Amino acid sequence: MIRAALDAISLWAMPVLLVAIPLVGLIRKVKVYDVFIEGAKEGFEVGVKIIPFLVGILVAIGMFRASGAMDLLMAGLRPLVAATRFPAELVPLAILRSLTGSGSLAFTTDLIKTSGPDSTIARMAATMYGSSETTFYVLAVYFGAVGVRRTRHAVPAALVGDLVAAIAAVAVCAWMF
Amino acid sequence: MLNYIWFGLMAIALIVAAINGTADAVTKAAVDSATSAVQIAIGLVGIMTLWLGIMRIADAAGLVSLVGRALRPLIGWLFPDVPAGHPAGGAVVLALAANVLGLNNAATPLGIKAMEELQALNADKDVATNAMVTFMAVTTSGVQLIPATMIGVLAAAGSTAPTAIIAPTIAATFIGTVAAVATARLLQPFYPLSVSRESVQS
Repeated sequence: MIRAALDAISLWAMPVLLVAIPLVGLIRKVKVYDVFIEGAKEGFEVGVKIIPFLVGILVAIGMFRASGAMDLLMAGLRPLVAATRFPAELVPLAILRSLTGSGSLAFTTDLIKTSGPDSTIARMAATMYGSSETTFYVLAVYFGAVGVRRTRHAVPAALVGDLVAAIAAVAVCAWMF
Repeated sequence: MLNYIWFGLMAIALIVAAINGTADAVTKAAVDSATSAVQIAIGLVGIMTLWLGIMRIADAAGLVSLVGRALRPLIGWLFPDVPAGHPAGGAVVLALAANVLGLNNAATPLGIKAMEELQALNADKDVATNAMVTFMAVTTSGVQLIPATMIGVLAAAGSTAPTAIIAPTIAATFIGTVAAVATARLLQPFYPLSVSRESVQS
């Protein structure tokens, strides 16, 4: 029931908004097409503006992964993690999630297939993936779009959030399943 | 912070490449990543153009400030630096709403729009404001009601109950978001906005 309602929202939100917003505009005597074009002009500029930020971040992460440093980091963290109840199979995902969207999706998909889609570990992985974002991509795009260079405590705050979300995902799944 | 992480990732990559003999892979990754970064950015242009246009209509029709007024208590609590009635409040709410509903192609353009509104309130355009950091803390936590991608992956892998992860995902997201916002608040005094920039950087 709730799921059906949420599915309907995902399905209809975009087309309904695309019509409803201009409709309200027309009622309020806005020259909707002219105003649309005026706002839309910024689109290309924003896309171009984020290029340097995105290239910088993605190149550094790409190099780090390709060199084998990512594997070393995971291997190094394994004994530390072994002392806790955090599953060792999920350590790579906890690190990958903040760095690369496609990399963490590939890893999660593979883990779900190999460990069985109804296993607790698969559900933990899926929950970890779903409960977080590709932090460095988001930071690069959003700050890049407005040209902010000094991000202050944005990175530490976001990474603490990612870590807590990963632990919470494992804990909640361990408790529920 | 980003300066050190950025340089650190590349410097470590070089050292590990020297030990592992993966210099060719690192070179290829650098070139490929640069290319794909541009493809991602250009790929955003179409949807960005569409939503920025629609958002301008919403702005002109007074919808953005209406949303901002309706959710003023929440905005005032999360973003005390955003004055009541400023379009930044409404823009932030719309961006978060797109994230919560999982409207991925709307979330990024609306988020950037919100950042632009927050930037309009910023005295030093190079430096993130407290409101921006809080907004980023919430956004990078991936506030989403339905983890559609993962439900799809689980279903494709033959799960008997792919939607079982919805409740744990909402719980984990919520806990992560609270932690990120709380950390942003706690760290705020240690990262002053303008004074002694050098001492903070080093």
